[in-house]
Amino acid sequence: MRMTPPEPDMSKLRHVLAQLRGVRKTYDGETLVVKDLDLDIFDGEFLTLLGPSGSGKTTTLMMLAGFETPTAGQIMLAGRDLARVPPHRRDIGVVFQNYALFPHMTVAENIAFPLSVRGVPRSDIAVRVARALDTVRLSGFGERRPAQLSGGQQQRVALARALVFEPKLVLMDEPLGALDKQLREEMQLEIRRLHERLGITIVYVTHDQAEALTMSDRIAVFHRGVIQQIDTPAAVYEQPRNAFVASFIGESNRLAGVVEAIDGAHCRVRLDDGTPILARPIDVGTGDATSVLLRPERITLADPSDPDGSSARNRLAAEIREVIYLGDHTRLRVSLAGRHDCAIKLPAGRRNPVPLPGMRVEAVFEAADCLAFRPE
Amino acid sequence: MIQAATVETTEIPALKRLLRRSQRRQQVTAIALVAPLLVFLLLTYIGPIGALLSRGILDPEVPSVLPRTTAALATWDGRELPPEVAFAALVADMREARSAGTLAAAATRLNYDINGFRSLMFSTARRLPAEIDSARDTLIGIDPKWGERETWAAIRRASGPVGDFYLLAALDLRRDADGNIVAAPEDQAIFIDVIARTFLISGVVTALCLVLGYPVAYVLATLPARSAGLLMIFVLLPFWTSLLVRTAAWVVVLQREGIVNSLLLGIGIIEQPLEMIFNRFAVYVAMTHILLPFMILPLYSVMKGIPAVHLRAAASLGAPPFTVFRRVYLPQTLPGIGAGCLLVFIQALGYYITPALVGGAEDQMISYLIAFYASRTINWGMAAALSILLLAATLVLCAVYGRLVGFGRVRPG
Amino acid sequence: MNGRKTILAGIAAGALVTVAVAGPAAARDLTVVSWGGAYQDAQREVYFKPFVEATKIKLLEESWDGGVGVLRAKIQGGNNNWDVVQVESEELVLGCEEGLYEKIDWEKVGGKDKLMDDAVHECGVGTIVYNFILSYDADRIKDGPKSWADFWNVQKWPGKRALRKGPKTNLEIALMADGVPPAEVYKTLATEAGIERAFRKLDELKPHLIWWEKGSQPPQLLAAGEVAMTSAYNGRIAAANQNDKKNFRIVWQNSLYTVDYWVIMKGTPNKAQAEQFIHFASLPENQAKLPAKIPYGVTAKAATAMIDPKILPELPTAPENIATALYINEPFWVENLDRLNQRFNAWVAR
Repeated sequence: MRMTPPEPDMSKLRHVLAQLRGVRKTYDGETLVVKDLDLDIFDGEFLTLLGPSGSGKTTTLMMLAGFETPTAGQIMLAGRDLARVPPHRRDIGVVFQNYALFPHMTVAENIAFPLSVRGVPRSDIAVRVARALDTVRLSGFGERRPAQLSGGQQQRVALARALVFEPKLVLMDEPLGALDKQLREEMQLEIRRLHERLGITIVYVTHDQAEALTMSDRIAVFHRGVIQQIDTPAAVYEQPRNAFVASFIGESNRLAGVVEAIDGAHCRVRLDDGTPILARPIDVGTGDATSVLLRPERITLADPSDPDGSSARNRLAAEIREVIYLGDHTRLRVSLAGRHDCAIKLPAGRRNPVPLPGMRVEAVFEAADCLAFRPE
Repeated sequence: MIQAATVETTEIPALKRLLRRSQRRQQVTAIALVAPLLVFLLLTYIGPIGALLSRGILDPEVPSVLPRTTAALATWDGRELPPEVAFAALVADMREARSAGTLAAAATRLNYDINGFRSLMFSTARRLPAEIDSARDTLIGIDPKWGERETWAAIRRASGPVGDFYLLAALDLRRDADGNIVAAPEDQAIFIDVIARTFLISGVVTALCLVLGYPVAYVLATLPARSAGLLMIFVLLPFWTSLLVRTAAWVVVLQREGIVNSLLLGIGIIEQPLEMIFNRFAVYVAMTHILLPFMILPLYSVMKGIPAVHLRAAASLGAPPFTVFRRVYLPQTLPGIGAGCLLVFIQALGYYITPALVGGAEDQMISYLIAFYASRTINWGMAAALSILLLAATLVLCAVYGRLVGFGRVRPG
Repeated sequence: MNGRKTILAGIAAGALVTVAVAGPAAARDLTVVSWGGAYQDAQREVYFKPFVEATKIKLLEESWDGGVGVLRAKIQGGNNNWDVVQVESEELVLGCEEGLYEKIDWEKVGGKDKLMDDAVHECGVGTIVYNFILSYDADRIKDGPKSWADFWNVQKWPGKRALRKGPKTNLEIALMADGVPPAEVYKTLATEAGIERAFRKLDELKPHLIWWEKGSQPPQLLAAGEVAMTSAYNGRIAAANQNDKKNFRIVWQNSLYTVDYWVIMKGTPNKAQAEQFIHFASLPENQAKLPAKIPYGVTAKAATAMIDPKILPELPTAPENIATALYINEPFWVENLDRLNQRFNAWVAR
């Protein structure tokens, strides 16, 4: 897992491989599952479509693959309008959630399938299947049946099958959803490695935000059929454009209040219990009700007897209610500004003061880390 | 078992004993649960069917009616006429059988073998004088047929208690006077042709059911549950009407002045009514209609288990629709095809009423002849022998299927 | 004989009969078995109901489709529940020979001299005379066939033909169509060459033939236009004309006739009632009522004079009708039926 999100390599992303313009989709003629979608997919990037179920991300993927037809709008791939191109002529590899391996074929036959339907000569097929098996580290498994493989192995076969015919674009629909946590993390890295090594373009659908952060060059956050934000993982996490993005990605404490004044980069918010704090206004104006989001790891504890002079710093009285030791960090549940379920994450090693339940402390956080949004 | 692995080796014999004891208890319970059905089947199915089929190889009439004669003929070499003692035995047997009223059984049985034997027996029995010197001269005097080797050979062939007469006859074979197996005269040979036809009709009906049922099963398996339920009612509808009613309905539909002909004549497509009834066409139509559910249901259950995502996956991998069907869908439905074909074919083999009602004389299947012998001429031996043949053919077929496809993969209904 | 139901009704009735048979057999009512359909309906009016009224003897009706094996199975099975059965001449001859029937005590049933000669047998009392005739629908064919030879003429009268399934009657019909005079038919059939000739003649018509098994089928086949001509029981054709307002014609030329008999099943506990019933059903004044319901000839000599002269020409026993008719030779069939059945089945299946 990368500790720090890499800066997007803009030179790599310049060339647009696929384009969605004004795409809409409705199944019942009443509600739009996808509303006016505009999306550019850059050549060679790893783009993740992230969102809760029903947000339109899978529908978008299926429209790209050709299994769903857009109700309106246009989808282009490498300069070609896909409207009249059936799925089997799109040259798009798809990896499905439950792998969709053909149970009546061996592993090698599964992988050979896209090659044989394209009329690749038999001898070439053997070579490429062997290479693909090697790529996913399954050499020697070719003669087995899918049912004889573990979940992770099946997933690797599905990957090999979707990659062996060198498609321009590979779509993955929650491919790791059926795996247990450890295997899932292993496979995340493996897919990421394959992506870097083969230089392919991947559009990846998931509802798991950690997975999205781990793997993506860019993340498109879907909600109610609309892309809320499309950005690098760091930008999505650090600079969410609205309350949904902020709350969907990562963990946040929410403090409700009213914006009393805006002063340049900061604003003053009076929380519901009357406590005033300084925050960063995102999409609010003076007098608006607001929901202030504050990440647990951005809060530190201070001894109430140890005053600190920084004017931008918010200091609020808090009472520790619960302490959970998690090894790499300690998690606290505290009462803060009239709320009793605020979370604080303390990194390992800092034990001043040592938190104990019932202890009265001061929670300290920067105004820049308090994001004031219009409530959802 | 997991516990056993962690136990010291010295305890294992005791452990095995415990295991055996608990397993034995399970076995006893299982047997107790199955036993009532087993007894039921034994009494109502296996027993009667076994008793019926056994009549195809039993040949009890002649030895029971003519015991002395069959005993006397046991040592006969068959090259000359039998000795006087056999003639005398026959005279004694005939007298006794006539007064007991049992002569008909033996006479009927012998008449199957040689035409006219029945009259020979009755006229001889009627004309036997009270006092006789030479049984041989008396019998030959009554009818010269008693002086023919073939007459006595027929009695010996029927001496039972088991015999191959009916089974051979079911294969259009018979034994000549010397006991060699020879083909039946051409104008009496019928069964091989009819059995071949039975298999042909069953095969064609199976193929038709597959061709018609496969798309329906596919639609059923892919439709949303509610519409599928509705369509399923139509598929199952034939199950809820009696076979006879359905077959009779086809008569109404297909006959010369029936619905189809009236319609076609009415809109001017044809000028003469088509002949659609009392021929092979009608048999195919009616049997296919009746047996179609037996094809659709196993196909449906197998297709239901094939994830739709397989088809999408295949398409995304570059396979055009027909290739998707041929290489991905069809192979996965093979167990259903196997089960459906087996169900339909085996049922079709036994069809009798439908061909009898809508078919022509040349379309009767083997069951018609079984019914003919069982209920019209009351020749149980022949009916049983033909049943044995049909059963054997069916079992062979099942065995072939088992070898080719494997029963483990069959998922009926 | 005739009075056969459709296959459908027949099978349904079969199921009912089976149920009835399964019931207790002891101390049962007098059971009279006939051939079902319109014929048994007529018998019910003319014989069964008046008999019950006159004697107060309970009478149970059943119907069957013939076959001596059925009777043999009943006697040999030891659970016979039939008393009086109307049998065809074949079953009469075979069953009598085998001892399936009681010998007739003619004093008890009215006397031999009251009946025509063909109706008297040691085991049976003849009750009706009926014919296999050629029939066609005059509404469809104006200038109809006149003989069995015309039956074979598919050029002049196109369309299917129907015959009764089985060799009996068809071999005779084939020979007469081939020009053999009635008196020579059985002499010809007694030889292999004669049988061969009959089958060859049937071969000519085979592509046009369908087969009926129940007496109710020929009028249905004619009514549906399924066949142009058929062999049929005369009574069935007349009943269809009368009840369904059909215009079927009967060709009496070279028709075949036979007699059906009442027999008493061997060992019946109801022998006295059985004889009483047969006596009742043989009285000329009772028999004379039958032809009005269904046009079969009856066997009591005195009955003919009591029959309405308007319907007499439709009866098999009318002098002009019986003149060219052929009496079906039962001994020939008893002798040869097994072999000819097998040969016929083989021929028909080919």
